[in-house]
Amino acid sequence: MEIPRHWRLKQQRYALVGEVCPHCEEKIFPPRDVCPYCGNEAKTQFTFSGRGTVFSFTTLTEAPAGFEQAAPYTVALVKLEEGPVITAQLTDLGDRPVEIGMPVEMVTRKIRAEDEARGVILYGYKFRPVMETPK
Amino acid sequence: MREVAVLGIGQTPIEEHWEKSLRVLAGEAALAALQDAGISRVDGVFVGNMMAGSANHQQQLGAYIADWAGLRYANALHVETACSSGSAAFRAGVMAVASGVLDVVLVVGVEKMSDSPGDEITAELATAADADWESAYGVSFVALNALIMRRYMHEYGWQHEHFALFSINSHQNALHNPYARFHSPLSLQEYLKAPMVTPPINLMDASPMGDGAAAAVLVPVEHLHRFPPKPKVRVVASTAATDTIAVASRRDPLWLSAAERSARQAYAQAGVGPNDIDVFELHDAFTIMSALSLEACGFAERGQGPRLALEGEIQIGGRIPICTRGGLKARGHPVGATGMYQIVEVVQQLRGEAGETQVEGAKIGMTQNIGGSGSNIITHIFRVD
Ligand SMILES: [Zn+2]
Repeated sequence: MEIPRHWRLKQQRYALVGEVCPHCEEKIFPPRDVCPYCGNEAKTQFTFSGRGTVFSFTTLTEAPAGFEQAAPYTVALVKLEEGPVITAQLTDLGDRPVEIGMPVEMVTRKIRAEDEARGVILYGYKFRPVMETPK
Repeated sequence: MREVAVLGIGQTPIEEHWEKSLRVLAGEAALAALQDAGISRVDGVFVGNMMAGSANHQQQLGAYIADWAGLRYANALHVETACSSGSAAFRAGVMAVASGVLDVVLVVGVEKMSDSPGDEITAELATAADADWESAYGVSFVALNALIMRRYMHEYGWQHEHFALFSINSHQNALHNPYARFHSPLSLQEYLKAPMVTPPINLMDASPMGDGAAAAVLVPVEHLHRFPPKPKVRVVASTAATDTIAVASRRDPLWLSAAERSARQAYAQAGVGPNDIDVFELHDAFTIMSALSLEACGFAERGQGPRLALEGEIQIGGRIPICTRGGLKARGHPVGATGMYQIVEVVQQLRGEAGETQVEGAKIGMTQNIGGSGSNIITHIFRVD
């Protein structure tokens, strides 16, 4: 696994740190140097709440190389409550059916592990259904 | 700018060519195109290919293919835009000839997929997506299309069966194309019962991989008198547009903005509109992409692509015949070669060489090749006099 590539994205992978555009105030994730909404420079950090809803989803049984052990798994486009849509796996689903519009929240989970016993493990965000809080 | 004509075309059958390497396939298509053009020398070779670096451990495809095809000393290079690499190479060739820099150009699209195991090819296809923000989370290329299709069905109220006719049409047309991967008709029952791959995409929504190569020879129209006579097929529009590399970053993930932009520019270049197009080879890598391409190019209203299929308008004889030689679904989708197959097939139609699936009196044909999940889309319009 290419360690530096994932290491330099640790703030995004672990904490959903994106940006807020100082010009148009749109929230941006993943971070980029140019605001996709107004075209101006955007470098002000913004930490997303991690709450959102399922915009679309599917389940992979034929996984790409490196993800075979995890299959089957569900991936989704998640619409964050601050606006942006991001691509992520869903987790902790149990036997709960996934639906478009379902509220989800970010958690940190193992994304991928190398085959070797001492291989590198990549952690990052996944989204789980929002737990009902007992009244 | 000089007007550009397609002088020669060539292609190999699409299948798992266990006995043929990347260069043997490319060479077959190249030599067929040179022979069709009646020439043996070219000034430039443009190669479209997506994954030879990883799937075949071969880069340097310009020199590699030129050398093999007996065209050494030609200016040769490789162009890559994922699934639209074939059309990107063609467009590079068009620009070279139109600008006056080169006079005779050979374009070859080639992909040799069966040398690598399936899970590696799945991972390689995913390199067309965003490595940091899509593939890193285990999202395959099929999954991205499934995410789009599920949301499309949700927003516009379509059921899975409403996409069947895209695949049925492609299979029907491929029956008469000797170069197609499949020569078997597809029934509605077979479509509905096909194994689910990545829901809602089932096996019959998805185009098959394969090994193949297709090629064309380009010359300036003003030089045509120097060559053996052929139907005069002119490239009247060549356009390309990009969009966000990640599906999630699009303002509207259900709209192919790059397809809309490249089509609009192509219509303007050619001085035509959607109603003037006699035949359209679109990028049916998945049934959902047929619907989105038809909408973005102005053949259907937003969210109404499947209606064209349901009303019989995409068949030979319909308002806008698509995938007339089998499309990606049944001709096959050797990724970086696909765009060149589309172009070769439209030239066949305009020359009146499409046999059983000839669109009567076809004068204006269009191709649209989608790179990635919609991030690099290339449109061409051709016209025969
Ligand atoms: Zn902005």
